[in-house]
Amino acid sequence: MIRMEGVTKTFGDHAVLRGVDLNVEKGTSMVIIGGSGTGKSVALKCILGLIRPDRGKILVDGTETTTGDRDAFLARFGMLFQGAALFDSLPVWQNVAFRLLRGSLKRPQAEAREIAIEKLRRVGLKPDVADKLPAELSGGMQKRVGLARAIAAEPEIIFFDEPTTGLDPIMAGVINDLIREIVVEMGATAMTITHDMSSVRAIADNVAMLHDGVIKWTGPVAEMDQSGDPYLDQFIHGRAEGPIQAVR
Amino acid sequence: MTLLAPLGALGRAVLTFMATVGRVSIFAARALSHIFRPPWYPRELFSSLLTIGWLSLPVVGLTAIFTGGALALQIYAGGARFNAEAVVPQIVAIGMVRELGPVLVGLMIAARVTSSIAAEIATMKVTEQIDALTTLSTNPMKYLVAPRVLAALITVPLLVGIGDIIGIAGGFGVAVHSLDFNPATYLMNTVNFLETRDVVSSLAKGAAFGLIAALMGCFYGMESGRGAQGVGRATKGSVEAAAVLILAANFVLTGVFFSI
Repeated sequence: MIRMEGVTKTFGDHAVLRGVDLNVEKGTSMVIIGGSGTGKSVALKCILGLIRPDRGKILVDGTETTTGDRDAFLARFGMLFQGAALFDSLPVWQNVAFRLLRGSLKRPQAEAREIAIEKLRRVGLKPDVADKLPAELSGGMQKRVGLARAIAAEPEIIFFDEPTTGLDPIMAGVINDLIREIVVEMGATAMTITHDMSSVRAIADNVAMLHDGVIKWTGPVAEMDQSGDPYLDQFIHGRAEGPIQAVR
Repeated sequence: MTLLAPLGALGRAVLTFMATVGRVSIFAARALSHIFRPPWYPRELFSSLLTIGWLSLPVVGLTAIFTGGALALQIYAGGARFNAEAVVPQIVAIGMVRELGPVLVGLMIAARVTSSIAAEIATMKVTEQIDALTTLSTNPMKYLVAPRVLAALITVPLLVGIGDIIGIAGGFGVAVHSLDFNPATYLMNTVNFLETRDVVSSLAKGAAFGLIAALMGCFYGMESGRGAQGVGRATKGSVEAAAVLILAANFVLTGVFFSI
């Protein structure tokens, strides 16, 4: 469904992506792992068109992402950002229903609010959260609101950028379970980037290891522990010694 | 090599300046074009009208009334040197309407509104809210920039008009209560002396300064760097740029309206 072919991206003189090749099958959950600053977020943003790659092709269902109607393209995606990226000035329900209150997916306000409350309930939040402002919520609740917003329009493809960063282990587990449930329930194609190995094991069907601007290893999560790849092995066991330099 | 270094630095500074001018020009053209092209966001526009216009009234009113009062005292004291104390109403009126009203309101808007817009948009950028808008099929130029620019274009001329009136009222209050001017004569002299061109130039300056103030806030916000330092730089840069451009535009517009 999503295919990246030889994607490169350089910022100044720093080559972040040096030729990323990746294939994500429809209805599967791909988790991209890798150290900080290895370009995982850049790869996701390239797919969404938030960052323009220097070279290479990105195809969704065989069509290049740079062609066609941009609104229709983006309507297929939902994204949970690392810090949730909720709009401070809007109450929670309007954040969740943002897409349903404007543009091609616009619904009547009462219906949009109803859907927002239903999605909030789906991620384990009570309806009384709907009228609060994002600043009144804890980090974990903000992440859940972000998740509710990502699924509000029932997208075919959902991206999760570091979904458990900054959360305690219990809340991280709750978010991981929610992501897995939602992806299975909706039949969506998911791409997640994370450092958190418990997230990888909870969320992934397939795993890709990004290092030095290229995909070093990719395969089913069940094969990850026996991959024999020294980079992946060092990363998943969190060892300071190995081919990945601890100080980069 | 050492001798050429200053030239190299000068060249880099000129190139950077020209590149910034180019980026600001393209940004301004895009912002203005989005005002006229759907989709429009009336709620965002209303909120911006309230923030930029209504909530700026107190600071504009206070600035204008004190400036008008001080102007009356200065003109009276200065005019007394050559027995021209009677020109206070005329000079206060012309001074407020042609120059001080628009410039002071413009600078107050730069301080209050430009900084606020730049900080808000820069924070949104740093916290990925701008990216989130895009992924939610909403163009940030239409949703964030166009309503703010349009609101400033509408409200700042009104604020300038109100500032002019309050400034003249400040001068009137001081003149009548402290300098023993006759109220009716003061008002008659003020009204009779002002020309349509004075008022039109004042409002036109207001529109230009509002445009500059909103554009600089939006531009620096959208171009902000990372982290708290990026937000701080964007805010500082936007106010500096807006203040300097407002004063430069004032000079140009004064030439356009009043050059003989």
